[in-house]
This record gives sequence, structure tokens and C-alpha cells, in this order.
Amino acid sequence: MTATAGAGPRDRTAPVPAARRPRRIAVLPTTALVLGALYCVVPTLWILIAATKSRTTLFSTDTYVPSLDLGIVHNIRDLSDYQGGIFWHWMLNSFLYAAVGGLLASFVSAATGYALAKYEFRGRGALFNTILAGVLLPQIVLAVPQYLLLSKAGMTDSMTGVLLPQLFNPYGIYLCKIYAQSAVPDSLLEAGRIDGAGEGRLFFSVGLRLMGPGLVTVFLLQFIAIWNNFLLPYVMLTSDDKFPLTVGLYSLLRHGAAEASLYSLVITGTLLSVLPVIALFLSLQRFWRIDLVTGALK
Amino acid sequence: MARNPAAARRTRGFPYLLVLPAVLLFTAFVAAPGGYALLLSFQRRKVNGGLLGGGTHTVFAGLANYRDVLGDTELWSGVLRMLALGAFTVPATVLLALLFAVLLDLERTRLKRITRLTIFLPYAVPGVIASLMWGFLYLPATSPIGGDRVDFFGQVAVYFSVGNVAVWGAVGFNMIVIYTALRALPAELHESARLDGASEWQIVLRVKVPMVLPAVVMCGLFTVLAALQVFNEPNTLKPLSNAVSSTWVPLMKIYDDAFGNSDIYSAAATSVVLTAAALAVSFVTARIIQSRVQQEAA
Repeated sequence: MTATAGAGPRDRTAPVPAARRPRRIAVLPTTALVLGALYCVVPTLWILIAATKSRTTLFSTDTYVPSLDLGIVHNIRDLSDYQGGIFWHWMLNSFLYAAVGGLLASFVSAATGYALAKYEFRGRGALFNTILAGVLLPQIVLAVPQYLLLSKAGMTDSMTGVLLPQLFNPYGIYLCKIYAQSAVPDSLLEAGRIDGAGEGRLFFSVGLRLMGPGLVTVFLLQFIAIWNNFLLPYVMLTSDDKFPLTVGLYSLLRHGAAEASLYSLVITGTLLSVLPVIALFLSLQRFWRIDLVTGALK
Repeated sequence: MARNPAAARRTRGFPYLLVLPAVLLFTAFVAAPGGYALLLSFQRRKVNGGLLGGGTHTVFAGLANYRDVLGDTELWSGVLRMLALGAFTVPATVLLALLFAVLLDLERTRLKRITRLTIFLPYAVPGVIASLMWGFLYLPATSPIGGDRVDFFGQVAVYFSVGNVAVWGAVGFNMIVIYTALRALPAELHESARLDGASEWQIVLRVKVPMVLPAVVMCGLFTVLAALQVFNEPNTLKPLSNAVSSTWVPLMKIYDDAFGNSDIYSAAATSVVLTAAALAVSFVTARIIQSRVQQEAA
């Protein structure tokens, strides 16, 4: 299956009849979507099958058929035994980086976005333009210079060295500014001021609360971005007990190139690393506000 | 934002307090590393000869690093590979996302919820993990998609194998962005077109797609920026195949220079060049989006 697998029916979708029969199912569009969904789910399904096979049957049995000899139990046990359970350490690290980083980055974004939307202050325009440029600046080419500078400060190979650079999220600030403009009415802030509320209280009890739904999206975006990040921790970290899953599994694969028996560990690890985020993702899906991402807020 | 002078006095310091964390983070992790990379790019290491022994010191090198970088055939081959990848991954991602979004928006399409979710799911899978999964799907010994007959790591095929992972991971998010923009269109628009006798497909091509073009262009921009920074997919597939060299794309070359050859000066110069290219692309695209939006407003 290649990149164009889902595109096949595209040219055949054209003659959808304009008939006014709303009950009829549009067969071709539905089929195209199902093909697209299959394309997206196939690697995960295969990894699920492969993870049921032991290291000996992985290369010898039919690739489509799952093994029923409880290979997955052995695989998980082997993976948990590998270097004293370092895999679970990686998983914990990933959650830690993504949750703590996501929360702190969302707070920084909220405060900055709220200030940009609700206050006139000197340097506001310059700050906003800098942040806009930051949205366009590819974060990833900064990873190597960030490493070089943090190594001068003695902060490489530390969890803070991975966490701190990801707290500044220009896109999050931009989204928070747009959202604060539409979700926090000036009149409400004025009313609060007349009632004698301080600016700090207004921010925490009015601003942050009204921005809540948008902040969830900013948090989710940042959580996924940190969870998916590879280059920064790959560059920054040398001791494997600080690795997130991405770097850990990659290092396991590199060892696996010399020692093929590690492949089944990589496959099992991949499955175990994909399942929790997919579960998290599905359970949180109703909190996504993608209209915020496109700036299409009313 | 009209406030009385007393209130203005009270709030003077507060907005600065709100933006302080973002400003500090920006200075430490964007401006400083950027500046440091720029500084390094004009320096190089010189080996002391003679009486002092084999020590080294850094000297100002002017534009020498840039001359070397721009004259480096290895880097240019990497740039060509990156362009070749981008030449089909960017259109494939954006067109597939647009196609799926339009199909989801059709009234008579079925299975919308499940297909939408499934196509969105790869967004939660890190690029490295996605490359691991696809890598095993490509690997002759484990491939369920005919890797024993088709060489997925062949001279030409490897581009599609790498590109496929990138497209797989990006289609869903872009689809949701475009779909959200489609849902935000007022229903009267296509209703009146339908009353005028326009077919469903004419409405899509003449009404819906033109109106969500800003969202499509935005997806295009994000995809181009991702294409410039392609690293995770080829880097992860490298241990599985000899078809991917350690300097296959520019970011891999930067990594190899900085950590493989310990030539941070070349790495810095290449980073600066790549960042400049990415910024140029961003600004041009941002301009296009802006003029589109203004046209629409007019």
C-alpha cells in the first residue's frame, strides 16, 4: 500500500447524481472514506498481530495470522525484563514530559495570549509580531543550537533540558490571543474592575475560566507535540533512563539491527506505546475545538 | 479598550507580568540559540601547531563555512532528496485531506464518525513510531504487503516508502482542519446553489472548495514546513535498510555534522541556511493567505 492507496476512487467520484433522494447512501464517497480509514489503521492492526508472535515465529509464520500461543504475554514479559524494565521507564518519562510540559506551556500561552488580547501596553505590537514570526519559524532546526547552548549551561542530559525549550509555544500563544478576544468580553472585565477586583483576580477567575474550552485544545496540541517529539530529546539526552518512548524505541531498534531477536521487543514496545495515546485521544476527542486551530471562531 | 486613567494606572505593570514567562522562554530558547548558531556559523576551529602542542582554538572564519556548506555536494543531494520527497508528499497530503474532508461533508455519505476518527488517529502516533510500524511492513521478512516480492527500499521505491509514512501521519489532521472550515460555511450558500440546479459535485468544486481555500493553503504551509524538516522517517528507517544514508536529508546532515563529525560550525551554518529557507517559504505563503483573506473580506 502506498501513499496513493486512498486516492484511487477520487477520479471516479465525479458523477455523483444530483438526484434529490436524501435517504440514498452515497456509495462511492463512503467507499473512499472506508479505504482511507483502512489505510490509516492497517499498520496498527499489523503491529497488533505481530506482537502476538514470539521471536522465533515472527519471521517464520504467516504474516496475517496472529499467533495463539500466548506469544504476546512472553513478549511483554521479555520487554519488561529488558534492562530492568527500562521500557516502562520510557513510557512514564513520555507521559511526564507531555503532561507537565503541556500544562506549563498552556499556562504560559494563556497568560501571554490574554495580555495581548486584553491590554494595551508598550511593546505589545512588537511582541505579537515576534510571536507570529515564531509560529512560522521551524522549531526543529533550533534543536541543535539549543543543545549547543544548553551544553554550555550544563543542562544537557537532564529532564529540564528537554522540558524547558518546549514551554514556549508561539502557536499556542497565537491561539490563546484569538480565543481570549472572542471568549472574554471586555464588559465583564470592566464590571469586575468596578466591583473592585484586582487584575490578577480578573485573570485567574474570569479570564482563565472563560478561556477554559480553548485551553483544553491548546493543552492537547502541546501534549501531542511533546509526546511525538523526537529530535530534541534525541539530541539532548545521553542516559537512557531519561529517554521518552520515541528515543527509547529508536535506540532499541538500532540495537536490533545487530541482534534480530530484539525486533519482537521493538514491535511489542511499539504496540504498547501506541495503545495508551490512542485511548487517551479517543476519550478526549469531544474536547477538541479544531475551529480554534483554523481561527474560524465566531 | 477605553479605560479611565485610574484603571490604566492600576493595570500598568500587570500585562508585563503576564508576558514575562513567554519573553524569558523566547529569549533563552529561541533568540539565544538562534544568535549563538549565527555566531558559530562565522567561526571555525583551528589546530595550533608548533611549540604549544596540538591544542585547538576558534577563529573568525567569515563566510568560509557558508561557502563550504553551499559548495557541499552531499548537502545538495540531501536538498534534492528533500525536494523530491516534498514534491509528492505535500500535494498528496493536502489533496487527500481535501478529498476526505469534502466526502465527509457530503450529506449522503455514511460511516462518517468512525472513518473521520480513524483517519485522524495517526496524528497521535509519533513519526518515529509510525516509521517503526511501516518499517516492519516494508521489511521483506515481516512484510504483509508483499515486501518479499517488492523491494520497498529500492532506489526509487525508498522515496515512496519514506513519503508514505509522512503522508500517513499528516492527512488526518489536515482533513479535520479543512472539514471544520467546511462545516463553518453557511448552509444557505449551497442550498441556493442546489435550488439553481447545481449538482452536488458542482457545488463542491465551485462553492465549497473556493470558500475553504484559506484553510487549504494553511494546511499546505504546515505541510511544506514539515517537508523542509523531514528527519524522523528516514532516520528511523535507516537501521532497517542500507538505502538511507546518514546524510540523506539536510536535517540528518546537520545532525551528522554536529554529533558524528563534531563539526558544530558547519552544522550551525547549515542550520542557518535551512532556517532562512523555511522562513522565506513561510513568509511567502503567509502573504498569499493574507491577500486571499483580504480578497474575501472585500
